[in-house]
Amino acid sequence: MVQSLNRLKESASQTAGPYVHIGLTPNFSGIKGVFADDLGAAMVNDKTKGERITVRARVIDGTGTPLKDALIEIWQADAAGLYNSPSELRGAADPNFSGWGRLASDMESGLFEFSTIKPGRVPFKDGRLMAPHITFWIVARGINLGLHTRMYFADEQEANAQDPLLQRIEHKNRVPTLIAPRDGDVYTFDIHLQGEKETIFLDI
Amino acid sequence: MSNERPETGAFFQRDRQWQPPAYTPGYKTSVVRAPQKALISLDNTLSEITGPVFGHSMLGALDADLIHNFAKPGESAIGPRIIVHGRVLDERGKGVAGALVEVWQANAGGRYRHKKESYLAPLDPNFGGCGRVITDADGNYCFRTVQPGPYPWPNGVNDWRPAHIHFSVFGHGFAQRLITQMYFEGDPLIWRCPIVATIPDRAAVEGLVAALDMQATIPMDARAYKFDIVLRGRRSTLFENRLEGN
Ligand SMILES: [Fe+3]
Repeated sequence: MVQSLNRLKESASQTAGPYVHIGLTPNFSGIKGVFADDLGAAMVNDKTKGERITVRARVIDGTGTPLKDALIEIWQADAAGLYNSPSELRGAADPNFSGWGRLASDMESGLFEFSTIKPGRVPFKDGRLMAPHITFWIVARGINLGLHTRMYFADEQEANAQDPLLQRIEHKNRVPTLIAPRDGDVYTFDIHLQGEKETIFLDI
Repeated sequence: MSNERPETGAFFQRDRQWQPPAYTPGYKTSVVRAPQKALISLDNTLSEITGPVFGHSMLGALDADLIHNFAKPGESAIGPRIIVHGRVLDERGKGVAGALVEVWQANAGGRYRHKKESYLAPLDPNFGGCGRVITDADGNYCFRTVQPGPYPWPNGVNDWRPAHIHFSVFGHGFAQRLITQMYFEGDPLIWRCPIVATIPDRAAVEGLVAALDMQATIPMDARAYKFDIVLRGRRSTLFENRLEGN
């Protein structure tokens, strides 16, 4: 026998279910007056530094149908590439940018529209710079464990070509599933859960 | 938050044999929503080890009291009054301070306040069904509510969800993000539920069943259930990996 490591096991995940909005976006779901605002609904204010952009996302199931009951949280660095988090030791992030957004999909169209800023570059573990990206976390009825992925920016071709994560993806034909095309100040990110265009999901 | 130096290590790799797989045909909705290709593994970067923090000042006086936070003045939600308390820990057994815990649930009759809800059980005009709390320096949390009822759902023709409370937890990094459900000790529906059955390991299911805690009850007022939540642990950064020459 040897000594026990005395570790606990992570609590098992369960689906967020169809009523996730009651808990995480109650005002959106029509439950008014309990919390003043839905957390994560506004990411920027007048003083936030950086280029204003809109990220228009959808989550699409294996039949090609956009999910209308999903919830997405995004997490990103500020315009200078700093995270607004105690674990960020490189400097103080823009106090006018939380870096975190949470939205429910529109119940008719399945669209998510995040008003945010374009993030700066953040170093990989070995010091190389990653391309600008936004981390996505997706939960919904039928998703047993929240899905992690990243959105990169189509107009950052040079940075994307050097990105340590994108570089290590074996199936290069899948890399475009992580890259959002730009039209004006709107980036479109369609997340496919299954099929030919299945988005790359991450085990982080 | 505590005065400890913030931790910056990567999180322990998630045990995907312990967590439910994406494709679980007994839970029909998962069939077209489950990714089919292998996940790409990524040792955490700054984008995963960092995460937002939420201050206690954000909370309203009734945020952790679901019996009253939607009720008209002087009234309260109908149903068996309970206190749910416990700790948010990580896999090292350390309490997670400052964790945001958000909860939602059906009312005592098993009915949600939601436009897509179709169960014929009545709404309780004094029950909204959402609450939130932030853990203290040791990872403790506590809220008050009514025990939710079980409810039927369209999966099999006669599937019923065991009584449950949905939990969303923010730890200290975005990679720790977790949503789960709390069940109640002794509920026979737990072992008949296709959503519970997405979890492969019986011990993992038992980790989601809150114990009746008679030492924490309030006599003549509310029973108590104890529910601990474990988030991923985090590696030490005593010896950082550095590439040669850096
Ligand atoms: Fe539920």
